[in-house]
Amino acid sequence: MIITLWIIQLTLIPAFSPLFLGIVRKIKAKFQNRTGASIFQPYRDIGKLFRKDEVISEDASWIFRFAPYLIFAVTISIGGSIPLFTTTFADTLFNDWLVVVYLLAFSTFFLALAGMDAGSAFGGFGSSREMTLAALTEGGLLFSVLVLAFLAHSTNLFTIADTLSSLPLFSFAPVLFAFAAFLIALLAETGRFPFDNPSTHLELTMIHEAMVLEYSGKRLALLEWSAANKFLIFLSLGANIFFPWGIAFTTDLADIFLALILFFAKVGILCLFVAVLESSIAKLRFFRLPDLLFTSFILSIIAIGLIL
Amino acid sequence: MLAVSSQLAYFVSLMLFSIGAVGSLIVMKRNTLANIWGNTFAVFGSIVGLVSAVAVLFGSGFSFSFETSLPFLSLSVHVDKLSAFFIFVISLIAAVASVYGIGYVKQYYGKYNIGALGFFYNAFIAGMIMVVSAQHALFFLVVWEIMSLASYFLVIFENNESSHVRAGTLYFVMTHIGTAFITLAFLLLYSATGSFDFAMIKENSAGITPFMKDAIFILALIGFGTKAGIIPLHIWLPSAHPAAPTHISALMSGVMIKTGIYMFIRLFVEVLPNTPLWWGIVVLIIGAVSSLLGVLYAITEHDIKKLLAYHSIENIGIILLGLGSSLIFLAFDMKSLATLGLVASLFHIFNHATFKALLFLAAGSVISKTHTRNMEDYGGLIKLMPQTALFFLIGAMAISALPPFNGFFSEWMTFQSLFAGIRSADTSVQWAFILAAGSLAFTGGLAAACFVKTFGIIFLARPRSEHAKSAHESSVTLRFGMAVLALLTLAIGLSAGPIAVTLSKVAGDLNAFAGQPPAFAADWSAITLVDNFASVSGLLIFAMLTAFIFIVFFAVSIFTKNRKVHIGRTWDCGTNLDSRMEITATGFSRSLINIFRGVLKPTKQVTIEYRDEHMRYFHVTKTVEFGIRDIYQNYFYELIQLLVAKISEQMRRMQSGNVNVYVAYIIVALITLLVIMK
Repeated sequence: MIITLWIIQLTLIPAFSPLFLGIVRKIKAKFQNRTGASIFQPYRDIGKLFRKDEVISEDASWIFRFAPYLIFAVTISIGGSIPLFTTTFADTLFNDWLVVVYLLAFSTFFLALAGMDAGSAFGGFGSSREMTLAALTEGGLLFSVLVLAFLAHSTNLFTIADTLSSLPLFSFAPVLFAFAAFLIALLAETGRFPFDNPSTHLELTMIHEAMVLEYSGKRLALLEWSAANKFLIFLSLGANIFFPWGIAFTTDLADIFLALILFFAKVGILCLFVAVLESSIAKLRFFRLPDLLFTSFILSIIAIGLIL
Repeated sequence: MLAVSSQLAYFVSLMLFSIGAVGSLIVMKRNTLANIWGNTFAVFGSIVGLVSAVAVLFGSGFSFSFETSLPFLSLSVHVDKLSAFFIFVISLIAAVASVYGIGYVKQYYGKYNIGALGFFYNAFIAGMIMVVSAQHALFFLVVWEIMSLASYFLVIFENNESSHVRAGTLYFVMTHIGTAFITLAFLLLYSATGSFDFAMIKENSAGITPFMKDAIFILALIGFGTKAGIIPLHIWLPSAHPAAPTHISALMSGVMIKTGIYMFIRLFVEVLPNTPLWWGIVVLIIGAVSSLLGVLYAITEHDIKKLLAYHSIENIGIILLGLGSSLIFLAFDMKSLATLGLVASLFHIFNHATFKALLFLAAGSVISKTHTRNMEDYGGLIKLMPQTALFFLIGAMAISALPPFNGFFSEWMTFQSLFAGIRSADTSVQWAFILAAGSLAFTGGLAAACFVKTFGIIFLARPRSEHAKSAHESSVTLRFGMAVLALLTLAIGLSAGPIAVTLSKVAGDLNAFAGQPPAFAADWSAITLVDNFASVSGLLIFAMLTAFIFIVFFAVSIFTKNRKVHIGRTWDCGTNLDSRMEITATGFSRSLINIFRGVLKPTKQVTIEYRDEHMRYFHVTKTVEFGIRDIYQNYFYELIQLLVAKISEQMRRMQSGNVNVYVAYIIVALITLLVIMK
């Protein structure tokens, strides 16, 4: 039983991440009065890339070749260490919030290096922008979940989910502030509006796409898949850390089944929210973004002030 | 038995350094011999020093003293666990740097005096070891001066470069201003307790009035802070550290600045017990400011060694965050948490010494093959110097606090100590902890951005200059030195638990922390806070990541084994691809500089030469110069300079130039002193 749970926990993120990407795209298409591609299109895209040959720049070094594997491995291991549907794994894996944040930084570090490796004009600027945003996001990201850690007296993500689900509703004001802060960090980290346009290839605006411009074939597939994983990881954190109701505390089959359904429902709602947001606001100018990121940090500080 | 042998080892190590110093002066006519002599004895001296330190760390300390014929001065040495920890770090980095030096110094043959280098090098290391073991204030000042002067001569070693001599002069002035403050602090201690011996001062410390204590704190903070490079007393550091030969830069940045921190701990925690609350808050704020500004200045810098020097300021800031929180906890008598803060601080001292030395050695390896320190002239070196690149990358990951390398674990403990402050401290100081934790979070992110820039610009893409094109891998002694440190950064990260335990024993050896268990428990599997707030395991992170990388790699390889890989040109937008299309260090950091323009005060000067003065359409040349206005220079040092100039103006009236008048001054001064002292 526990082994089955393990397998579900480890494979849930990579298995379903393209689906949620497809759902966001579908909703956005509806907003633009298009039919849009099927929600399973991201699976087909990744599969297609895996079946293609690959071109690697003659200027690229082992960093360029190695980075996709590392980044994918990081997203998988984080996906296995956050609360998805059960808190059974509280004492295994590296469930510490600081570790998760710095592992995310690890993958960003290598992605930015890989962007510079081929020596194209696009990649370097993508890396510069990505690292600028990542550095400024760190404060808001770290502190927004820290608010909950202080509430739960633990930085263990599973324990946070456990404690928060039994919290009375009226103590929820700081959590909402923290969630707003987290949401801003989520949009920045996963390259959504108003930080980055995930579907652009215009050199003036692209960030993530600029870094992966030189990739093709299986390595591009891995990177696209990792980006989808990261998106789902952040959605799951938003759903399960801030609103952990319904998460299973036992290994009881019915509980777990219910928890899985609730998980998909909550992540689905967040997807809808992101899609609506992307359809209704414009991308901000790059130098306006720090204001938003500092806002995220300040919101977290206010939330901490409320609970102390 | 163990105590005797550690004392013996201590002497033998100092003796070996003396032989190394004097010997290389004697054989200075012969370059190779002087080089091998000086560095070999430094290696042996350091290894024996390591033995002595380990014996004390896991055994007990020792002390001895020789009275001298000079009044007050006694050569007294006391090595407890805290001193032993610093001797351990100094000896470890010195041993590696000396091996590296054997190969690195070759480039100076025939240009500079190798014998003098060996002399000052050995004196410098011996000076540092004595600084962290001196027990008597006057003896301390003597060895402090040996360390400072030796390092001054090492900074101006390449004395044909006028910039190095200028950097040396600034260092000389700043370090002696610092020493003046230290001397004042010691004199105040003497007047309050009647002794120069640290142990005696500690015993009689009850008699020091609070006002006197605060004065001593401020004087010592300025004096030792100058050596540690805290902002705004850091101005000598970014110019002096890069000027020295690289293995010495590694020692200066990696360990010498830590002697200032050692004295902070010695004085504020041990010699002057019952710390007032505001000391801790001041140290915490200095730490927050130094870490954040240090990394911001590092981002603006394109001289590779200066960039690393600014990161030393940043890391001194992080060390002070741990120490500051420890002092605050002491003021509230929360000893368990105070131990956590001090351990975080000591752990970061150790970690910073290893990864900063590693980064400097790797940078030196690059500089010795490209003959420039300007990052914009590098590029693509990962193909020409693959091993140096790997070592630099490991150092860069460690300093950016990426798990499972060592920098992460000390930052993790620093974070925990600050979080503990936010959770449990009095409301009056919570804001200081929030500020500190916030600055540490941003510092971590900015450091990662800075090292993506540094590694990317130096090693990735295509070479940007002829120098870079003709580079090749460094010699074996250089690579050996780097390899040892690179392995250490990973090994320390994986054994963070046992190391934290050892460091908590170092803290427990100090009176202020004795009697209560630390607020964390650690073993090979994990470091866990006692109240279960957080836990981290280096081995688990390492095992998970490696396992997943292998699984992903083999799964993808099997699934795509029929797919081909073609090698092609980078997409060049239809033009000719050249190195000018790559991003530069200036370009990479420009957006961050723009965002922080309120602090960094960037300047931009455009010079255009027109083909026709009246019709301003066609440029002959257009030059854009980016710069940073130095706010300390503008708002702090210039004011002091004005003040000093004003005072000097008044003092001029005393200076008649007549010798008889000066003799009269001396007599008056002596008589006044005699009257006062009676």
